[in-house]
Amino acid sequence: MAVVLENASAAYGGRTVLSGIDLTVRAGERVALMGRSGAGKSTLIGLIQAQAPDRVALVPQAAALVRPLSVFHNVYMGRLDRHSTLHNLRCLVRPARADVAAVEAVLARVGLADKLWAKAGELSGGQQQRVSVARALYNGRPMLVGDEPVSALDRQQGARVLAEMARSHETLILALHDVTLALAHTDRIVVLKAGRIVLDAPAETLDPARLSPYYEAA
Amino acid sequence: MRLTLPRPGYAAVSRWFLAAALAGLLVADLHVTTLHPWADLARLLGGLIRPDILAVEGWSVVYTLAFAVLGVGLGAGAGLLLAIPFARARPVRLACAGLRAVHELFWALLLMQVFGLSAATGVLAIALPYAGICAKVYAEIIEEADLAAVRVLPAGTGAVSAFLYARLPEVAGRIRDYTLYRLECSLRSSLVLGFIGLPTMGFYLESAFRQGRYAEAGALLLVFYALIGTRRLWVRGWTVPVLLAGATLALPPAIGNAAIGASLVRFLGHDIVPAPLRGAALADPETWARLWSWLRPILTEQILPGTVQTLILAQIALAATALGALVLFPLTTRRFAGPLGRPLGRVLLVVVRSTPEYMLAYLCLQLLGPSMLPAIIALTLHNAGIIGYLMGRHADALPYRADAPTGLNLYAYETVPRLYGQFLAYLLYRWELILRESAIFGILGVTTLGFYVDAAISELRLDVAVVLIAATAVVTVAVDGLSRGLRRSLRIDALPTRLSGPAMHAAAPDPA
Repeated sequence: MAVVLENASAAYGGRTVLSGIDLTVRAGERVALMGRSGAGKSTLIGLIQAQAPDRVALVPQAAALVRPLSVFHNVYMGRLDRHSTLHNLRCLVRPARADVAAVEAVLARVGLADKLWAKAGELSGGQQQRVSVARALYNGRPMLVGDEPVSALDRQQGARVLAEMARSHETLILALHDVTLALAHTDRIVVLKAGRIVLDAPAETLDPARLSPYYEAA
Repeated sequence: MRLTLPRPGYAAVSRWFLAAALAGLLVADLHVTTLHPWADLARLLGGLIRPDILAVEGWSVVYTLAFAVLGVGLGAGAGLLLAIPFARARPVRLACAGLRAVHELFWALLLMQVFGLSAATGVLAIALPYAGICAKVYAEIIEEADLAAVRVLPAGTGAVSAFLYARLPEVAGRIRDYTLYRLECSLRSSLVLGFIGLPTMGFYLESAFRQGRYAEAGALLLVFYALIGTRRLWVRGWTVPVLLAGATLALPPAIGNAAIGASLVRFLGHDIVPAPLRGAALADPETWARLWSWLRPILTEQILPGTVQTLILAQIALAATALGALVLFPLTTRRFAGPLGRPLGRVLLVVVRSTPEYMLAYLCLQLLGPSMLPAIIALTLHNAGIIGYLMGRHADALPYRADAPTGLNLYAYETVPRLYGQFLAYLLYRWELILRESAIFGILGVTTLGFYVDAAISELRLDVAVVLIAATAVVTVAVDGLSRGLRRSLRIDALPTRLSGPAMHAAAPDPA
C-alpha cells in the first residue's frame, strides 16, 4: 500500500477542513483529486505527504522556488538529502559535472534545458511551475504528490508534463482542476466536497458530464 | 562546462566587499599588546555576575535619562517640522545630511567649547544629529504612506483637516515606533557622552573600568540594560509629558563657563575661523596663499591618512559584521534554534545590540591594548547583533515548502539565498553608520579621523578640528551615496532597512 488514511480529519484554528476521510492508494495507482477550491484538496495533499515523507516527491501548490538561486540549484534541491552536506555546500559554489548533467537531463524532460543557469525568479509563472515539477522528478521518490502541478500550463504542455511524471514515478496522486487532463492521465478520480470524499471511481467509468456537478461552478 | 554565476549582482558585490576587507587586513595594525587579556576579561565577567548595585551613582542614571529624553524630544520635534519641507526643499535635505553626518561625540566636543560641560552640551549633542536623522526617516515614512484616503477626500477639504484625517492616522504608528527606537539609540548616545566628561553613566563606567572596579562597572551595565529593556513600560502616551518635564527639572547645573553669549561669539567669530584668515585682509591674495599653506599639511598629513585608516577599519568591520550576522541569526530562529534555544538567542543578541559600541571599543581596548583589533571587535559585535536579530525575524517569516530540507542544507539552499537581498540591504545601510563610528573610535587612539580631531581639540586648534570634522562628514555622505547607489543597482532599495516598525516583509524580492 502506498497510502492508507482511515477516518482522517484536519482542522485549521477550530474550523474543520477535512472529516471522515477513508482513502487507500495502492502502489502503481494514478489518482486525481478533484473538487472546487476550498474543498480540502491541499489539506489532503498535506496529510498524504506527511504520512510517508520519505517516499514522496512533492510538487507544492505555489512553485516554492528559491528565486535568487539558479534553475539548476532549485532542481538539485530535490536530492539534497541524498548527498553529504559538504557536497551540497560545494555544489552551491562549483557544481560537479555529473550533477549538472543529471539536472540538465531532467530539465530537458520538461522543456527547460536551455534555462539551466537562469535565475529562478526571472522565469515566467509557467516556467517556474515546470522547474518545480523538475525538482520532484529529480527527487525520484516512487510516489509523486502534486498540488495543481500543471495549473499554469496550457493543455498540451500539461499533458506532456503529466506523461513525464507517469513515466518515472510508480504512484501519482495529483490535485487537478482540468477534467479532460485528469480523465486522460489518471486511472482513478477522487472528488472532494466540503471536506468529504463524495466520489471515488475508476476514471474509465466517468466522463466530463458526470463530473461537472461536483466540479464546475454551479 | 557552462557555469555562469547564479546571482551575478549579489555574489559580485559580496566578493568585492570581502576582497576589500582582506586587503585592509594586510595593512591594518592588529597587534595585541596587553599581557593578560583573558584575566581582565574574567574579572569583568565576574563583575557582571556579582554586581555592586549600591555603588551606582544614582544621579548619573537620572542625567543619562534626562539627556536622552530631552535630546530625542528636541531632535524628533525639529525632525517632524523639517520632514514636511524635506521632499521639496533641497537646502533642507542638505542641512539634514550635514547634521546627521557629524557624530554625537563630535557635536559634543564642539559644543563643549561654547557651553562647557553643561546640560546644553549633552542635550544638543543628541538633538542636532537626531533632528537630521528623524527628518529624513519621517519624510520617508510620510512618502511611503498610503495616499488612497487623501484622494477620496471631498474637494475643498482644508490642508489641516486633510492631514489630520487622512495622513496622520496612516503614519502616526510608524513615527511613534521609530521615535521609540531613537530613544533607545539616544540612551546609548547619552551614556557614551560620559566618556568625554559629561556626568552620565559613561563617566562612572569609564573610571570604574580604568581603576578596575569591575563590580561597580557590572552594576552600571546591568542598570543600563534594565533601562533599555523596560523602555516599553515607561514610555507610554501619557508618560511622555511627565518624562519631558521631569527631565528638564532634573538637568545638572552647568560646570564653569557662565558667559555663554560671549563664548559663542568668540567660538563662531574667532576660534573656528581658519588661523590665517583671522583679522586678515580678505582681498589680499597673500592671505589666500597663507590659507593654502595652512590647509595643505592638514590635508596630506591628517585628512588623507585619517580617511584611509577610517575606510580600512570600516571595511574590515563591515565584512566581519556580515560573517558574524550569518553565523548569529540562526540562533534566533524557530527552525534552527528550536523553541528553547530561540528565546536565549534573542536575549543574547538584544544584549549585544543594546551595548553601546563606543563602550565596547573602550573595553576591548583595555583588554587588548591600542590597535585596530578592539575597534573591529566592537563594531562587529554590535552590528552583527543588530543584523542577526533582524535576519532572524525575517527567517521566521519565510514560508518553506512542506518537503524543505533541514539543518545546514536548509540554511545554505533556502534560508540564506531567500534572505540574501535583505541581508545586503541591511549591510549596505549600516555601512555609513559603521563608518561614522570608525571615525569616532579615533578618540580612543586608533588613527582614524577622530584621532586627529581629538588631538586638534586638545591643542585648542578648533579651526583645524572643524575642517577635520567637515572632512569626516564629507566621507560619510559619500559612502552613504555609494551605498544608496549600490542598493538601487541591486534592486534592493525598497526593502526595509530601519530597525523599528512592525512592517516586516517576509523575504527579499521574493513575493512568491
